Amino acid sequence: MSWRRFLAVLKARNREFVRDRAALGWNIIFPILIVAGFAFAFSGKPMDLYKVSVYAADPVQKLAEVQKTQAFFRTDYIRFIPVSTLAPAITKVERHQLDMLFDLDQHHYWVNRDSPKGYMLERVLHGSDTVEAPAGGFQRQTVSGREIRYVDWLIPGILAMNMMFSALFGVGYVIVRYRKSGVLKRLQATPLTAFEFLSAQVVSRLWLILAITSGVYAGANLFIDFSMFGSYTLLLLVFALGAVSLISLGLLVAARIASEELAGGILNVLSWPMMFLSGVWFSLEGTNPLIQKLALLFPLTHIIDASRAIMIDGAGLAGISTQLMVLTLMSGVFLLLGAALFRWK
Amino acid sequence: MAVLLQATHLIKRFGDVAAVNDVSFGLEAGTCFGLLGPNGAGKTTIIEMLEGITDADDGEIRYRNKPVGADFRNDAGIMFQSTALQDYMTVREALQMFGSFYPRTTPIDELIDTCSLGEFLDRDSRKLSGGQRQRLLLATALVNDPQVVFLDEPTTGLDPQARRNLWALVKRIRAQGKTILLTTHYMEEAYELCDEIAIMDHGKIITRGSPKTLLAEHFDEVVLRLPRADIPGDPAQLPLPVTLHEEEETVEILSRDINTTIRILLDHDISLAGLQIRPRTLEDLFLALTGEELRA
Repeated sequence: MSWRRFLAVLKARNREFVRDRAALGWNIIFPILIVAGFAFAFSGKPMDLYKVSVYAADPVQKLAEVQKTQAFFRTDYIRFIPVSTLAPAITKVERHQLDMLFDLDQHHYWVNRDSPKGYMLERVLHGSDTVEAPAGGFQRQTVSGREIRYVDWLIPGILAMNMMFSALFGVGYVIVRYRKSGVLKRLQATPLTAFEFLSAQVVSRLWLILAITSGVYAGANLFIDFSMFGSYTLLLLVFALGAVSLISLGLLVAARIASEELAGGILNVLSWPMMFLSGVWFSLEGTNPLIQKLALLFPLTHIIDASRAIMIDGAGLAGISTQLMVLTLMSGVFLLLGAALFRWK
Repeated sequence: MAVLLQATHLIKRFGDVAAVNDVSFGLEAGTCFGLLGPNGAGKTTIIEMLEGITDADDGEIRYRNKPVGADFRNDAGIMFQSTALQDYMTVREALQMFGSFYPRTTPIDELIDTCSLGEFLDRDSRKLSGGQRQRLLLATALVNDPQVVFLDEPTTGLDPQARRNLWALVKRIRAQGKTILLTTHYMEEAYELCDEIAIMDHGKIITRGSPKTLLAEHFDEVVLRLPRADIPGDPAQLPLPVTLHEEEETVEILSRDINTTIRILLDHDISLAGLQIRPRTLEDLFLALTGEELRA
């Protein structure tokens, strides 16, 4: 290993990235757009869970009257929408666009028998007048705790997903382009070794990912008040190790391919399942156990699990040790395979 | 002179095709050796085997009488036929980067001077003209002060002016004592630059020697060229070895004795106003040896 050669390639790659204004701009703008989008989406009041329309000759006044007398119409997280025509509202119930509809003049309500939300609302409707009283011999107990909002849960996933795209496409795709254009062939004819070249690519992309992820984290923190109960050092460790594992996966993909189209296809085949099955957008709890096991094969799953544990639960090193070990193992396997399979031409 | 680089019985197959079929030759120190032939003759495959870019299926390559090893790259300078530099890299940065790869380097100022790069030193390499780009690639081949310089079709795609500029550079490098292996399908280029050539076709060397010696060995005549329109009647009726080039509308006559040939032409009332006389060329030699026109 010659540090001189390693640093020369590292410097060249960094310079190439910084001078490629389109790529640089996109790497900065894309996460900012994501953060801004979520800041907007999660600003204001929490979203209502149910939508219920109320029909009457004067629906606004009638709704105000029944809210004084009937507890159901004061239920939180139900949005009551006054409507002045009945037929279109019934159609919306049929189409699951409304969860329930009341005719306050005739004392009728409509619910779609196939709608889970309608079912739940109906249960609430029938039980709402006795909620304060003991039911079935059970005594009501209360607990209190901090709310984990969707945004708290989502931010670690967004950060990790952004890392994934940067790592896979920023390394894998670039190496394939180098191979196709003959850059690698020219480098092969020098004393530069494959290990020196690949190491420089990993380090160049690693610092870049960490810098951009830190920037996105700080930017998101300005707009969105999300949870962070753990150690920043541990979070950095998870992101660094996660980035190395994803970059190594990119190297593995790019080890021999000389077609940008093929590389793009393979990278998409890897990144899309990871994006949906690693728990970026929704929890996999309750999904098919096979899907849950499949998700464990993706480095993104472990990055997200570990970073959520740190940020939301305040987990320490012991709490994320499994994910760290898996990520280390994956990085090692991907790197070794990528280096062994690597071809300059 | 001592043989610096020796290739012996090199063989390379791609599937059923023998791209290089039992090729042997040696490069004498301080000379320019040319591998000539049409596209697909096996020139680039040979040069890539010598550089260590492609593994030979069989045969041996020796440098300074020892099997070539990884250290050979420190002594070799390479200019590929088709290659690229990383994007967004200036000429100066490219030279600095390649210089960083080697333990021994040519001072950058010297490279800039040798390859006339001073005018566009801070220009993005993607914005260079074809000739400027080839000069930069040649400079990167010289950055390690190499003993052996491989130039794989260095002037392909260049305009005549840029080609002649690059020839001047190659001559300058040879004058510095470097050993050069040049591949080309331009016979004129080989004649101009090479001390010794090997003509290849279908993966084999079909002849080798100095250009002048080869021409002298194979030809003792010159070519007289006349416009077809200057010859009344059928040129084939002339008592001379005539070749008609219908596309070019010219007639070529081989002659060992120019005076006699001209006298015969005048006797047949043929105007000599459009007469051109040229010596036999390496193109003619290739045609004579293979029976085919050079496939560019």
